[in-house]
Amino acid sequence: MRNTAMNMVHKLAARDERVLYIGSDPGAGTLRAMSKEFPKRHLIEGISEAHIIGMSAGLAMEGFVPYVNTIATFLTRRCYEQVAVDLCLHNLPVRLIANGGGLVYAPLGPTHQAIEDIAIMRALPNMTVICPCDADEAARMMEQTLDWKGPIYIRLGKGGDAIVSKAEHGFEIGKAILMRSSGDVLMVTTGIMLQRALAAADLLAAQGIRAGILHMHTVKPLDTAALLQAIRGTRLLVTLEEHVPSGGLGSAVAEALIDKLGSGLPAMLRLSLPDRFMHNYGSQDSLLKKHGLSASAIATSIEHALAASHTPSPQLHST
Amino acid sequence: MVRVLYDDVLRIDPSNPRDPNRDRAILSKGHGCLALYALLADRGFFPLSELDGFCGSDSILGGHPEYGMVPGVEASTGALGHGLSIGVGLALAARMRERSYRTFVLLGDGEINEGSVWEAAMGAAKHGLDNLVAMIDYNKLQSYGPTDYVLPLEPLADKWRSFGFAVQEVNGHDVGALRTVLKQVPAVAGKPTAIICHTVKGKGLPAAESNADWHHKNKLTDSELDAIRVAVGDF
Ligand SMILES: Cc1ncc(C[n+]2csc(CCOP(=O)(O)OP(=O)(O)O)c2C)c(N)n1
Repeated sequence: MRNTAMNMVHKLAARDERVLYIGSDPGAGTLRAMSKEFPKRHLIEGISEAHIIGMSAGLAMEGFVPYVNTIATFLTRRCYEQVAVDLCLHNLPVRLIANGGGLVYAPLGPTHQAIEDIAIMRALPNMTVICPCDADEAARMMEQTLDWKGPIYIRLGKGGDAIVSKAEHGFEIGKAILMRSSGDVLMVTTGIMLQRALAAADLLAAQGIRAGILHMHTVKPLDTAALLQAIRGTRLLVTLEEHVPSGGLGSAVAEALIDKLGSGLPAMLRLSLPDRFMHNYGSQDSLLKKHGLSASAIATSIEHALAASHTPSPQLHST
Repeated sequence: MVRVLYDDVLRIDPSNPRDPNRDRAILSKGHGCLALYALLADRGFFPLSELDGFCGSDSILGGHPEYGMVPGVEASTGALGHGLSIGVGLALAARMRERSYRTFVLLGDGEINEGSVWEAAMGAAKHGLDNLVAMIDYNKLQSYGPTDYVLPLEPLADKWRSFGFAVQEVNGHDVGALRTVLKQVPAVAGKPTAIICHTVKGKGLPAAESNADWHHKNKLTDSELDAIRVAVGDF
């Protein structure tokens, strides 16, 4: 996913001379081909994220479309005020390509694990937040970033994530993709939780439970219309995210439903990481497993929630 | 640098790791934690066997050092550009509480790209913290490549001087010279000290020496592993 997104920057740069790549201090050789072809538009500016965001704002004011790239935690926490003021307040078309969203950098510990990035980016007015699920979707998403007005935060996964997105679904920023039509349950996912939801849905199907999946690649702006459509007739709404429980996809979905429905809210299960820093290392997969986000743990949580709510919960109707 | 600091300079006692009068040391370039873990284990802060668990799911030793998890680690680092500010706070606290401990902060040369380092430097000078030492691992390389390419630092000694530090330069691989310089802190009474240690990244392992591709390398071929064994055997 990461290589694909990087190569797309090169591709976009070839098509549009406004496109810049700005890295802080990425790995040796990052976008080498682009640095050869467009040396003036391939900028490596040092471990100075706060400065780089401000500098990108200045470049964007003059018509460039900077794609700023570094590790997710340093693109969010480290330079939050610059993102808020320089990018969001000025509503400038700077793209933040965040490597290692979620627990990708599990072995590197809490300083490198981006577990609240969706919340803090989503909180900012004018910011768009996108979490593609695989490399193919990342490529389709990058195509859409060229002319989008305002800043975009792009949360990338590890790379090598199984390809589950489909070309025929296309990609439009802010338009959720219904991967499986709703049944007893609707799972709403973002990023690489989609793969786990698909596997969980298969496990549930074996138990006779029909589970739909709505892939919310864009967490902000949230596709509320698609959400309301998809929850029709379901008994349980489940959100899945590689993120702390506050402020992420689960929060966004709950807020949207409260705002739209006000009452008669669906039974909801929010599956996420716990509200704490991870003091375990290992791998992304092992940490997700530890926190109940393996496909089988997801399926089990859903079965339990359904059993608990099997008391006559009314079928949901969106208005 | 870590070796001399932990073996010859720091006044620390593994049997009393929270002694209020212990010297404080922060590895601000936290990604260099393997060296730190080896030294802390060697000094007896935790059993040597912990080293085998490095980065394992239930290990205390992650890819960056964590405060509260690893005995002897004074601050969680890994996000670059934090250590010197924390060090200023520790050093200022020593002054305010009339304690005699010293604070040493080890920084990378790429790390000092961060503006926060220079904010901390001005703060240290403002308070005349001569109980604070910044050690800079000046290996002239950062992640992408040479510091000179990414963000030139020169004239580096002049920069620290103009920020109010007493500056020493030393060959960071010369154990005797390092020891001498570190034992003479503060270099100037009333000023924080900056020790610029000229080093070669990956020194002692030919494949790694001054090779940017080696930074944070985690997949090694068999022949690279053999080369490491040979290089370590030479020590
Ligand atoms: C705030 C922040 N930005 C980026 C990184 C990613 N990073 C880890 S090590 C490194 C290069 C550090 O270079 P330097 O300080 O010279 O260390 P050395 O070359 O000695 O390893 C970078 C960019 C980080 N850890 N923290």
